[in-house]
Amino acid sequence: MPKDVEEKDRIVIRFAGDSGDGMQLTGDRFTNATAVLGNDLATLPDFPAEIRAPAGTVHGVSAFQIQFASEDITTPGDHPNVLVAMNPAALKADLHLLQKGGTVIVNEDAFVQRNVEKAGFSANPLEDGTLEGYQVYKVPMTSITVRAVEELGLSRKEAERSKNMFALGLVSWMYGRPIDVTLNWLHKKFGDKPQVYDANVAAFKAGYNFGETTELFAHSYQVKPAPAKPGTYRNVSGAQALALGLVAASQRSALSLFYASYPITPASELLHELSRLKNFGVRTLQAEDEIAAANVALGAAFVGQLGVTGTSGPGMDLKAETIGLAVALELPMVIVDVQRAGPSTGMPTKTEAADLLLAMYGRHGESPMPIVAASSPSNCFDTAIEAVRIAVKYRTPVILLSDTFLSNSSEPWLIPDADTLPTIDPGFATGPNAGTEFLPYLRDENLARPWAIPGTPGLRHRIGGLEKEDGTGDISYEPENHERMTELRAAKVAGIAKDVPALGVDDPDGDATLLVLGWGSTWGTIRAAARRIRDQGKKVATAHLSHLNPFPSNIEDVVRRYPKVLIPEMNSGQLALLIRGRFLVDAKSYAKVQGLPIFAEDLEQEILKVMAE
Amino acid sequence: MSDVENEQNGGNGQRAVGTLTKKDFTSDQEVRWCPGCGDYAILATVQAFMPELGITPDNTVFVSGIGCSGRFTYYMDTYGMHGIHGRAPALATGIATARPDLDVWVVTGDGDGLSIGGNHLIHALRRNVNMKILLFNNQIYGLTKGQYSPTSEEGKVTKSTPFGSVDHPFNPIALALGAEATFVARTVDNDRQHLMQVLRQAAAHRGAAFVEIYQNCNVFNDGAFDLIREKPQGVHNQIRLEHGKPILFDEENRCVAVGDNGRLILAGVDDVSPDDIVVHDVHGRPSLAFALAHLAHGPTEPTCIGVFREVERPVYGEAMDKQIEVATERLGRGDLATLLHSGDTWTVG
Repeated sequence: MPKDVEEKDRIVIRFAGDSGDGMQLTGDRFTNATAVLGNDLATLPDFPAEIRAPAGTVHGVSAFQIQFASEDITTPGDHPNVLVAMNPAALKADLHLLQKGGTVIVNEDAFVQRNVEKAGFSANPLEDGTLEGYQVYKVPMTSITVRAVEELGLSRKEAERSKNMFALGLVSWMYGRPIDVTLNWLHKKFGDKPQVYDANVAAFKAGYNFGETTELFAHSYQVKPAPAKPGTYRNVSGAQALALGLVAASQRSALSLFYASYPITPASELLHELSRLKNFGVRTLQAEDEIAAANVALGAAFVGQLGVTGTSGPGMDLKAETIGLAVALELPMVIVDVQRAGPSTGMPTKTEAADLLLAMYGRHGESPMPIVAASSPSNCFDTAIEAVRIAVKYRTPVILLSDTFLSNSSEPWLIPDADTLPTIDPGFATGPNAGTEFLPYLRDENLARPWAIPGTPGLRHRIGGLEKEDGTGDISYEPENHERMTELRAAKVAGIAKDVPALGVDDPDGDATLLVLGWGSTWGTIRAAARRIRDQGKKVATAHLSHLNPFPSNIEDVVRRYPKVLIPEMNSGQLALLIRGRFLVDAKSYAKVQGLPIFAEDLEQEILKVMAE
Repeated sequence: MSDVENEQNGGNGQRAVGTLTKKDFTSDQEVRWCPGCGDYAILATVQAFMPELGITPDNTVFVSGIGCSGRFTYYMDTYGMHGIHGRAPALATGIATARPDLDVWVVTGDGDGLSIGGNHLIHALRRNVNMKILLFNNQIYGLTKGQYSPTSEEGKVTKSTPFGSVDHPFNPIALALGAEATFVARTVDNDRQHLMQVLRQAAAHRGAAFVEIYQNCNVFNDGAFDLIREKPQGVHNQIRLEHGKPILFDEENRCVAVGDNGRLILAGVDDVSPDDIVVHDVHGRPSLAFALAHLAHGPTEPTCIGVFREVERPVYGEAMDKQIEVATERLGRGDLATLLHSGDTWTVG
């Protein structure tokens, strides 16, 4: 007898297990099926830095959270409605996140005495009342999985490995996810390893059927597709979108992309994505260190390619001197900083956005450069193109700020029409620019200098890190010249403000008294929090910066227009410092550095608090 | 920029290859090394020898780091980039890999290339990036006014080592060989003929060529190479390596021979059997080159100059281009729209 289907507007599920349990894969697959179904969604992979931390311990827990909805959503959700816990450690680590009265689905087989102790419980939490008040489903996932794959002749260990597919199958049934998306993927992934493929399919189906047939579950849930603009969509992570954006910029500028990078979490994904795209003429080079990666990209830029390097905080520290050289050479180059929690090694797999001041000021001397920041996973695509546009047009290195959350998280993306993406003109110098002479530092109306690439007849010139004479580019120690060059470099970057969109303000009635100003990945949280405030009949304005240097030209008007300005950041108040310092407004900082995106409900409370002050 | 059309004999008054002279490679910048510096001789030799390579200044790029050698770039009328300390091989890796059509020369020093930039040097060599690396070794930090360098001898008294250096120096040739360099040579600043001959061979090499040039710093380390480069001592102490020839020196009175346990020894030609005299082989096993690099503890005793090793290995940029070519053949030239639509997609409306 078919079970009842209950309709829901939005659901937050968190899959949690041991690092080796395949939770990221499970979450990723659930996400894809959800995307294809047409729900809006946002995800939060949350995993430890250790590849395989000691099994069964709390710090070895790897989790994947997804919010999906029949309406527009912007965050992976503060509190899961459903926690899938593959072992006691996962329960221990994540139960506190679960919404009051939420659903817990546990792998009952894993709750043996040894695991319970290892997780730090004094007694079995399934029996001692720990889960009182929650809806608990105890499912012997391991043993059912082993039974389901029995005929395939796998070792017990191999058989047990498929239990994540059982969990995926069960949850897929509970939330009416299409099974063909997962089955197709399994075929693609394991088609050439029949035994593994069969085991995964059997486990997945066993989970799905378990939900449908046992009396444990009274009903399943349905989340209808979210209304969306017409068009073709795909699911995209920030890392993927960034790679696609760089390739798009390369194609639209006819500049070959040269990406040089050194492996570092969480930026390596970008190297992996780009290194597969050789047939787009993409050159990738895994350098001997972070410094080399920056120099390789800069060398490629000098000779006429789209030089890009990517890293995270520790690598930014190392690249600083080279970025300064790029500022002096005035060559186009993009530096991607996928920020993570610092200082030092910090928490490599956890998010933070504390490199803004580093991007602004983290080089010796007066060394201004443009900074752009992505606001959502799919926005990484547009941000990459914008970074390249500015770099090429203004002959300058550009820092693109992303973060761990954006890079790993994913969301549906309305795929743009490739032919209508903006084109970028490299505008290479082809001949003399001062009578019969060529002056490498003679500037155009944007104060950009010519990009004269080696191999161009007659435009031979030498550039370097030593101060240059205005115009000729010859070495100069002349006092007034240094001051003039310092001012010119600053004016060039400042002038970009007139070439970027004005800062848009979302203030539905136009009479809010509090502005929430954000940048980077807090975009989703700010939108969600503003919606909660407005749902209460209160008024709040929001604005989000994509250009951090220079700021859009109307920013001063915006921050002065509102009596109160609140700036939520995943750092200790870096944008707030800039805004206060630049415009002498009493902007308040809401700082959060817990290695996680800011929760919408926490920001909501902060907004209410500031409103009441 | 992948498809730069390079007009070998372009416009802009550029004269055809073959008619170029030293002047065509000499920039209008005033040379500002200390009077008497060994760098002058190297610069003059490089400028004079470039025309015979059959290349144009327009297709040539000089890249340098920081130190006295770093200024070299400004004096060549080619394309040039004066980078930051130690990073020239990394900059040049980007340049040479992106543009295999360019002739790329790196000028570095013992501090720049072996200390702060040691990592980039060894990796450029192991990758076999198509660049010629000229390492001016003066065994001192000149630009910072006289601190010991990674090639200074033990016990060296300098401003930063008033009681003598306790650092053991690098042997640049052995280092390059250890880094799997495909071309390794040493020459001397004031021996124009030898310098030119070595540079010629380096220029002809496909891939990374490493040339150590003993260079006198007459201000902070004067005479460091006198026993090698000045007559008459030089005659006794220079062991000139020539491929396929027995290794003789000191007016052919002495030789490099195989001693006990296969060790290389210096001996009088008359004191050993002719069969024991080593015949130089640049293409063979690296062990011979390595042993030759270690004949002397420093340029104060009989020391080898010339090409130590020259072997062929795939060139890095060419290998990368090949991958692009193969991928494009297999998958077709990448189409942006198709790429954006890859993976599971769904359509609304």
